[in-house]
Amino acid sequence: MAKKEILICAGTACLSAGAEEIKDRFEEEIKELNLTEDYEIKTVISNTGCIGPCSLGPIAIIKDDSTFYGHLKTENVERIVREHLLEGKIVEDLLTEEDGEKIEDFKEIRFMKKQKRIALRNTGIIDPNKIEEYIERDGYQALKSVLNNLTPLEVIEEIKNSGLRGRGGAGFPTGIKWSFAHQAEGEQKYIICNADEGDPGAFMDRSILEGDPHSIIEAMIIAGYAIGAEQGYVYVRAEYPLAVKNLKIAIRAAENNGYLGSNIYGSDFSFNLEVRVGAGAFVCGEETALIASIEGKRGQPSTKPPYPANSGLWGKPTVINNVETLANIVPIINQGSDWFSSIGTEKSKGTKVFAVAGDVKNTGLVEVPMGTTLREIIFDIAGGIAEDKGFKAAQIGGPSGGTIPKEYLDLQIDYESVKKVGAIVGSGGLVIMDEDNSMVDVARFFLEFTEDESCGKCTPCRVGTKRMLDILEKILEGKGRRQDLDKLEKLGNTIKETSLCGLGQTAPNPVLSTLKYFREEYETLIKQAEEVN
Amino acid sequence: MEIIIDNKKIEVDKGKTVLEAAKENGIVIPTLCHSSFLEDVGACRMCLIEDLADGKLKTSCTTEVKEGMEVLTKSERVEDSRRTILDLLISDHPLDCMTCEAGGNCILQDLAYHYGIERSSYGAKVERRFEIERNNEFIELDPDKCILCGKCIRVDQDIQCSDAIDFVDRGFKTKVGAANDEGLGGEDSTCVFCGQCVELCPTGALSYIPSQNKGREYDFEKTVTTCPYCGVGCQLELKTRDRKVIEVGSVYREGTPNPYGEACVKGRFGYDFINHPDRLKKPLIKRNGSFEEAEWEEALLLVAEKLTEIKDEYGGRALAGLSSAKCTNEENYLMQKFMRAVIGTNSVDHCARLCHASTVAGLVKAFGSGAMTNSIAEIEGSDVIFVIGSNPTENHPVIGSKIKKAQKQGTKLIVADPRQIELSSLAEVAIQHRPGTDVALLNGLIHVIIDEGLADQKFIEERTENYEYLASVVEDYTPEKVEEITGVEAVKIKKVARLYAEADKAAIYFAMGITQHRTGTDNVLSVANLALLTGNVGRESTGVNPLRGQNNVQGACDLGALSNVYPGYQSVEDPEIKEKFARAWETEELSEEVGLTVVEIFKQAGKEIKGLYIIGENPVISDPDQRHIEESLDKLDFLVVEDIFLTETAKFADVVLPAACFAEKEGTFTNTERRIQKVNQAIEPPGEARADWKIISEISTRMGYQMDYNSPADIMAEIAEITPIYGGIYTDRLGDKGLQWPCKDREDPGTKFLHQGEFARGKGKFHPVTYIPPAEEVDDEFDFIMMTGRMLYHFHTGTMTRNSEPIDKHEPDAYLEINKKDAKKLRIKEGDRVRVTSRRGEVETNVRIGERVQPGQIFMPFHYAESPANRLTNPVLDQDAKIPELKVTAVKIEKVKR
Repeated sequence: MAKKEILICAGTACLSAGAEEIKDRFEEEIKELNLTEDYEIKTVISNTGCIGPCSLGPIAIIKDDSTFYGHLKTENVERIVREHLLEGKIVEDLLTEEDGEKIEDFKEIRFMKKQKRIALRNTGIIDPNKIEEYIERDGYQALKSVLNNLTPLEVIEEIKNSGLRGRGGAGFPTGIKWSFAHQAEGEQKYIICNADEGDPGAFMDRSILEGDPHSIIEAMIIAGYAIGAEQGYVYVRAEYPLAVKNLKIAIRAAENNGYLGSNIYGSDFSFNLEVRVGAGAFVCGEETALIASIEGKRGQPSTKPPYPANSGLWGKPTVINNVETLANIVPIINQGSDWFSSIGTEKSKGTKVFAVAGDVKNTGLVEVPMGTTLREIIFDIAGGIAEDKGFKAAQIGGPSGGTIPKEYLDLQIDYESVKKVGAIVGSGGLVIMDEDNSMVDVARFFLEFTEDESCGKCTPCRVGTKRMLDILEKILEGKGRRQDLDKLEKLGNTIKETSLCGLGQTAPNPVLSTLKYFREEYETLIKQAEEVN
Repeated sequence: MEIIIDNKKIEVDKGKTVLEAAKENGIVIPTLCHSSFLEDVGACRMCLIEDLADGKLKTSCTTEVKEGMEVLTKSERVEDSRRTILDLLISDHPLDCMTCEAGGNCILQDLAYHYGIERSSYGAKVERRFEIERNNEFIELDPDKCILCGKCIRVDQDIQCSDAIDFVDRGFKTKVGAANDEGLGGEDSTCVFCGQCVELCPTGALSYIPSQNKGREYDFEKTVTTCPYCGVGCQLELKTRDRKVIEVGSVYREGTPNPYGEACVKGRFGYDFINHPDRLKKPLIKRNGSFEEAEWEEALLLVAEKLTEIKDEYGGRALAGLSSAKCTNEENYLMQKFMRAVIGTNSVDHCARLCHASTVAGLVKAFGSGAMTNSIAEIEGSDVIFVIGSNPTENHPVIGSKIKKAQKQGTKLIVADPRQIELSSLAEVAIQHRPGTDVALLNGLIHVIIDEGLADQKFIEERTENYEYLASVVEDYTPEKVEEITGVEAVKIKKVARLYAEADKAAIYFAMGITQHRTGTDNVLSVANLALLTGNVGRESTGVNPLRGQNNVQGACDLGALSNVYPGYQSVEDPEIKEKFARAWETEELSEEVGLTVVEIFKQAGKEIKGLYIIGENPVISDPDQRHIEESLDKLDFLVVEDIFLTETAKFADVVLPAACFAEKEGTFTNTERRIQKVNQAIEPPGEARADWKIISEISTRMGYQMDYNSPADIMAEIAEITPIYGGIYTDRLGDKGLQWPCKDREDPGTKFLHQGEFARGKGKFHPVTYIPPAEEVDDEFDFIMMTGRMLYHFHTGTMTRNSEPIDKHEPDAYLEINKKDAKKLRIKEGDRVRVTSRRGEVETNVRIGERVQPGQIFMPFHYAESPANRLTNPVLDQDAKIPELKVTAVKIEKVKR
């Protein structure tokens, strides 16, 4: 008899909410009741990685019937085991209630209903430390069909046709990036997975690596085959110990199963993968800084061109793809580029994972088709504003992004539309703010982050962000002057125009976009200051 | 291709940056972090231009030109951005220009002036954010004045290759710092105080401590000249004020030994000996055992009289002269001419006898010419560099940096040295053979190369002779046998042999570790055998390269300050050559007999030799067996010494003549790569001191042989007439970069590397040699082998560096290096005093414990008069070259109880 599984979310958020204790309680209970022997029910508790609805954690899903239990407390476990597992009765009063209704099925909770999970297809569902569970869900089949049936150029063509664009923030077409590296001259090439996820609040990459590392490994092998690289690196920040651990376990398993190493699937193609742990500098998510860091140098960006596709790691052609981008590769190969490009909008294909945070009822990771409106994300998936307050603004794209005011609630979220209103999709940070938030304070929060994370190499970013922060602080301390706003705007624009890398070029965005949509908040603070003096 | 800058069409080469294109066309773009020879990083953002193709602002230093490109360098947008960037920099910069060392020599100040930024619109910097760092004698770092252009870091990492500094922390908190942010003088700092960072600093963040408050850039007169220290021959800029050298700046000139302004701590900071109060300012005559100041005329007459007297009574052979590797070519030429043409003896020699006599002897036999076969600039082009018996990072630091740079760029390094030197850590293979076992080691390598079929048969057949004999001699030197002799594992010997032989371009660099042995010539011949065997000579970046230790030791040899040759290595025993010189010099005094060498002169003192004329040498400290040297000097009837200080040797003199130093005269030096470079006068000599060439001329004239040269250039013209390898060397031809000999006539551009197509002697000749152990080995009493040598901060007998305040403060004490195992056995701790005794004497010194030397061996630098290593050394000579065995002395060590 197949084992029945209880899925307990073991993502970082749930762990900190006590998932470990919940798991222990389940184990104790099952042991105590001798479920396996007496009732011939096989019950497995898996470390499932992140399931997504973090605000409902700790979470357990009874996989058999997809029953969802959220906000678990250790004292509730006994009942679930006794009533649900033993007697087959759903514990009604422990079910999550939404809009006055008790929801049984995980797929039916509001959080899941409007989502389309491609990148997150396995996270929370499989045990990341068991390669067989990945294989069971068609794992390493895409690799097999690529190696058996497709030339590298055909793989690149397929990715190009899918319309997949980089999910790390810049949105550069992945297939084109691959084709540049493919065309670049040189025997030695590299593929790097950028897992230096640094935007405050964004954690989709971490969740994928923690929960579905094989999907990244498989994608990197395919990418390596496509561009002609036999060596890959995953650059992960040290703050993600679980991701590093699960990834290393997965790499070893892939090696033992012959998916990594020499002559994969009997082909001429060989590929090896190593993990490189970064020290957590935000700027190391920038391609050239990331490369410098892997090379053992100080993690500082350098001028592009040359682009890594031509001269990257150790001066060799290198493709750097973000985790979420890579997570889309296997589904595209398995289900075809036509399927993928049928999802999303004209220029932005597929889905995007957002890390929804802030003043909403359900925070957590959501994956939606490109083109989903902000309203759908906030009010359908995330359950609306907490305490039913009024919505004020959404900060999208992290510290490089901008603020979207409520008049754009029906904005379709895709690369182009978001850019048009002065923000960026970025890596998918989405902070929802209710009417109580001070937008000047929000701007200060993000600028403080970039000012601190500036590598210090170029003048406008190093000194410019510091001076902008000085002015913001002055305004918040009630010492602002009318001319400060023009100064902020002018300096912000100069920093954007003259900084060396993406960090500086986007650092002023949170200030500039709040100045654009919420200028009156700044003015009010300044007026108050002037009245006092 | 054609591009348009500021609406002006410009022709420019592909691959150039917009900044370069603009510069070539006289369009000024401001920069702070750019340097023409460092990698461009686009950090300061001052050089922004507007690209009309995409409307973006780009850094011109990192933007390559593209056909049809159109850019604006001074649009309002560009200038506005630059102004904002400057405004930001100044918002974090102290406004203390009035007292800043860099005032008048500060790019930030210039740009602020240009853009009219009196103070920042973001407020003034009032509070210090960082501490000033000055925990060393040489360089001060004030991070508050730093604009983080990073030029110091790039020159440190990419040119000097010391990796001493980098950025510390990030963002607004970023600063430049040394290891563990403990300052350049910190315990773990790898800074070697070359000063290149200071030279490139665009502000006053980095400054020289010794010259603080002594003047600003615009106060100085500047004279480019050649460094007076080692044989690299760096070009330096002496900055002088009120007859004093205040600072030494860099010279950036393609085609010189140090094109990127490289220098070492000695060249950069070892200049205050020039204005030292103890400089000799008047002639001194010893009367009743003590010196009295005298007028020049009296002193010169006395010298002329005394020399004439000895010559008349005993013949010219009773007199000898020591010329000087510190003096100019012209002076060395005059000295040997004086000794030969006026006194009538070939007993004129100099300290090359103690360093590279064996090189000259060996390489002349093997190749026909005894100098570095290649040029310094060729170092980077070698596939393999084999350093044996040379410690370039300390003794030829600029060459050391170039080797490190080559290694960084992929050149494989082999290091063979009894000590673990800095380069050992970078080597593909580093071996520590026992002192004095070089022949065995090299024969072992040759054995493996022949055995494994790695020899270059074509080269051997076409360009060499005597190969068969070599093959038979090395047959016995199996790696296993060589392991027994040298202590180097057989597998490593094989590895080195393969690495060297399989390289397309392998170059050997060697120095005193090879030459200062009683088998010095054999060692050099073995080195030559190895190169000939593998065809590694006669091409660019591959050859045999002896590194010369003194600024002009090459020139002193070239110009005949050797007892067996006239200028240009022309034999004194050849009657035709003698005849040629007799005619040219209009003299009948020339001798056909080879003269006495340095060590022999002292052996004969009081016997054959009655009088000695020494210029700029200090044998009491530099020569082996100090007690013997002192006794010899005492035995002389007459000793005249010309020097800049009253040296340990000068104290023995009857007459001391005050000489001008390099900064106070004109002439030329020839560096280790055979490059004749100009020495230019920066200041007047102190007191009545005179240039040596003038003094020699005066003495000669007073002895009845008229010498009335108007200038060193006159002397060089005479040299060119009678010295084939210097045939095209005329002072007016030397220009900015000098010329490399051989240079046969006025049309000849000089020679970059030797033996192309044909060796100087025709075919390269193998000289098989067998291994002979050093003269002294350890026994029950003398149970350590002592090696001597130099260290980074001091030079030779210390006449210059010990008289340099910052340098002597930095390295004030003599020491010996001992292995930690031996230290434990002897129960001595770091800094303890020990007595070192050899069969010839004893000295006391301090202990430095570590693993640079192997157990059973010690190393002592020989610079220190208070602990003179040469009181211990063995004057046993190499039979060919008469070089003493300074590298292997048996000694015992005892702890001194306080």
